[in-house]
Amino acid sequence: MSNDDDTASADQEQPHAFWSGIIAFGLVSLPVSLFPAHSSNAFPLHMVDGQGTLLRRQFFCAKENRPLERDELVHGYELEPDHFVVVEDEELEAVEPKKSREIDLKRFVPLSSINPIYFERAYFLVPDGDTTKAYRLLAKSMEDKQRAGVATFVMHGREYLVAIIAEGGILRAETLRFHDELRTPEQIGLPTRQAGDQKTVEQMRSAIRKATHKQLDSALLSDQQARHLRQRIEDKLKAGTDVLKAPEESAPVETESNVIDLMQVLKERLQGRRPHPIKAQRAQQTSATKRAPALKSLSKQELYDQAQALEIAGRSKMSREMLIKAITRASHKHA
Amino acid sequence: MTIRAMWKGVIRFGEIAVPVKLYSAIEDRTVHFRLLHRQDLEPVRQSLVNPETDEVVPFDATGRAYIAESGDRVLLKQQELAALVPQPSRDITLLGFLPLQAIDHRWYDRPYYLGPDGTSAEFFALADALEGLQVEGLAHWVMRNKEYVGALQLYQGYPMLMSLHHTEEIVPVEALQPPSGPPLDQRELGLARQLIEMLDAEFQPQQYHDEYRQRVVEMLAAKTQGKRLRVRAPQRRERGVDIRHALEASIQQARHHA
Repeated sequence: MSNDDDTASADQEQPHAFWSGIIAFGLVSLPVSLFPAHSSNAFPLHMVDGQGTLLRRQFFCAKENRPLERDELVHGYELEPDHFVVVEDEELEAVEPKKSREIDLKRFVPLSSINPIYFERAYFLVPDGDTTKAYRLLAKSMEDKQRAGVATFVMHGREYLVAIIAEGGILRAETLRFHDELRTPEQIGLPTRQAGDQKTVEQMRSAIRKATHKQLDSALLSDQQARHLRQRIEDKLKAGTDVLKAPEESAPVETESNVIDLMQVLKERLQGRRPHPIKAQRAQQTSATKRAPALKSLSKQELYDQAQALEIAGRSKMSREMLIKAITRASHKHA
Repeated sequence: MTIRAMWKGVIRFGEIAVPVKLYSAIEDRTVHFRLLHRQDLEPVRQSLVNPETDEVVPFDATGRAYIAESGDRVLLKQQELAALVPQPSRDITLLGFLPLQAIDHRWYDRPYYLGPDGTSAEFFALADALEGLQVEGLAHWVMRNKEYVGALQLYQGYPMLMSLHHTEEIVPVEALQPPSGPPLDQRELGLARQLIEMLDAEFQPQQYHDEYRQRVVEMLAAKTQGKRLRVRAPQRRERGVDIRHALEASIQQARHHA
C-alpha cells in the first residue's frame, strides 16, 4: 500500500461518487452512488504571477500584517458589526445531522407538481452491489406512474431535500431548495396582477406564435463565452505563444473532471461495471479509507469527513495537506 | 418589506419591448462565518503568495493559466480575458418560444423574478400572452459580464426568468444506457406500482425544513447566552432481503399506516 503515496496514475483523476448509500423503497433497499449530472467548469483557470508561477492563497492578520497558519484561524459569527462570537469546528460538528447512508422514499408525488423554482442541483444515481434488479424495478414503476420520490437525506454533513426521478430507465436525484429559501412575489413587492391591455396582448400573441418552435434546439444553449476562451487557449497552444512547458519532474496536475470523463464513468457504472476492479478490492481492504493519491482529488470537507471517520485528533485545525497526510497515516495503520 | 432589484433589462421579441427589473427569487439563508485570527479576533485578509519566494503578489499583477493535459501552462493576461467578456447590453433577447415542459429540470439553474420597470401595462400583457398560449420563452442576456440563457416562464402568475445550464455543462442522458438485466417480474412490477400508489402524496414543500441550519442558529443563540447543547440520537434500519416479500410487507405496512 505504502508505495501508492508516490505513484500517481490517471485513474485518480476520474470523477468520483459524491455520495454512496441506500435508497429505501418500503422494505426494499437498493445500494446506489451519486454522480453529478452537470460539470461546471471544463476550462478551469489558475492564478499565476507575471512569470506563470502558480500562486497560493495565504491568510494574513490585518493587524499584525503577518501570514497565518491554518491552526491560527477560527470561525467567527458577526453578531453586530465587528463583534464576533467564536465558533469552534467541534461545535459545528456537534450540530451536524447524524451520518446516514439512506434515502428513504416515503412519499411519491406527481412529477409535474414540483415547480421548476425548487430544483437546485442534479445528480445521476448508479446501481452499486451485485444486481441491478431493484434499481430497474424502482425506475420502471416510477416512470410508469409518472411519480417522483421525495425524501430528505444527509450528504457531507448537510441535510438535503431530494426528488428521485426516473427517466428512460435511469434514476436521477435532484436536490430541491427548501421552501423558506424562496421568496414570494409579495416579499419582492411586485404589484398585484392586473389584466393586460387587450390590444397589446394580441400583438404579443401574434409575435410569440411566429417565433414558437416545437422542440428545444440545444445549440441555442451553447456557452459562447467559454467557446471563445477555449479557442484562445487552443490558438496559443498551437502557436506556442505564452506557453510554459511543463517542468520535467513536475508533480502530475490535478485536472478537474470534465464531461468526457464523467460520461465514461457513468456509462460503466450504469452497467454495474467498476472501471478498476483491483482498486475496488483494495479499497475494501482499507475499510472506509481511500488510497492516498485519490485523496488529492477530494475537497477539504470530504477529507474532513474521512478524518472524522478515522477519529483523527486535531482534525479541525488541519490544512488540506495535513489532512491528507494524517488520513494516509491512519489508513496504513488500519490496513 | 420589498427587495431591491439586482438588474434592469428590456425583454425583446419581434417589435415588442417590455422593460423589466430582475430580482433574485432565492434568499440566501445560509449562516455565514468569517475567518478570524484566533489570537486577536481580527477578520483575516487573503493574499496571493508566490510559494517559492513567499512574496505577496498584488491582484493587478496576477495573470491566469490554463493547465493542459501535458502539464504545459497557457498564460492569459487579465486584459485578454477582459476582451473575451461579452458586450454589455440591456437586452433580454427572446430566441424563440416553446411549449411548456420542452425545457425540463435537467436545464434549470437559478430563478429570478421579473417586475415591471416603469409602467406595468406591457408587463402584465406579457403575462397574459404567455398564459393564454401555454408557452415559455427561451431568452439570452448579458448580466454582470456574464452570458445567460434562460427560460421565460410564469410562476404564480408572474413572469420569471429561470437561468439554464449551458449545453456544455450537461451530461447528455441520451448517450447513457440504462442498467440492463433479465426481464423484470410482472408480479413484482405490479407490487412496486401498488406501493407507489399507496405512498402517493402531494408535494408539500412547506413540510420540509433545513434542520441543520436551524440547529446552527440555535447553537449560536445558546452560545451567546452560555447554554449547553443537546445532540440527537441516530436512526437505524434493517436491510430488506427478498424483493417480492419486502414489497408485500411494505404494502402491508403502508396499509396499517393509512
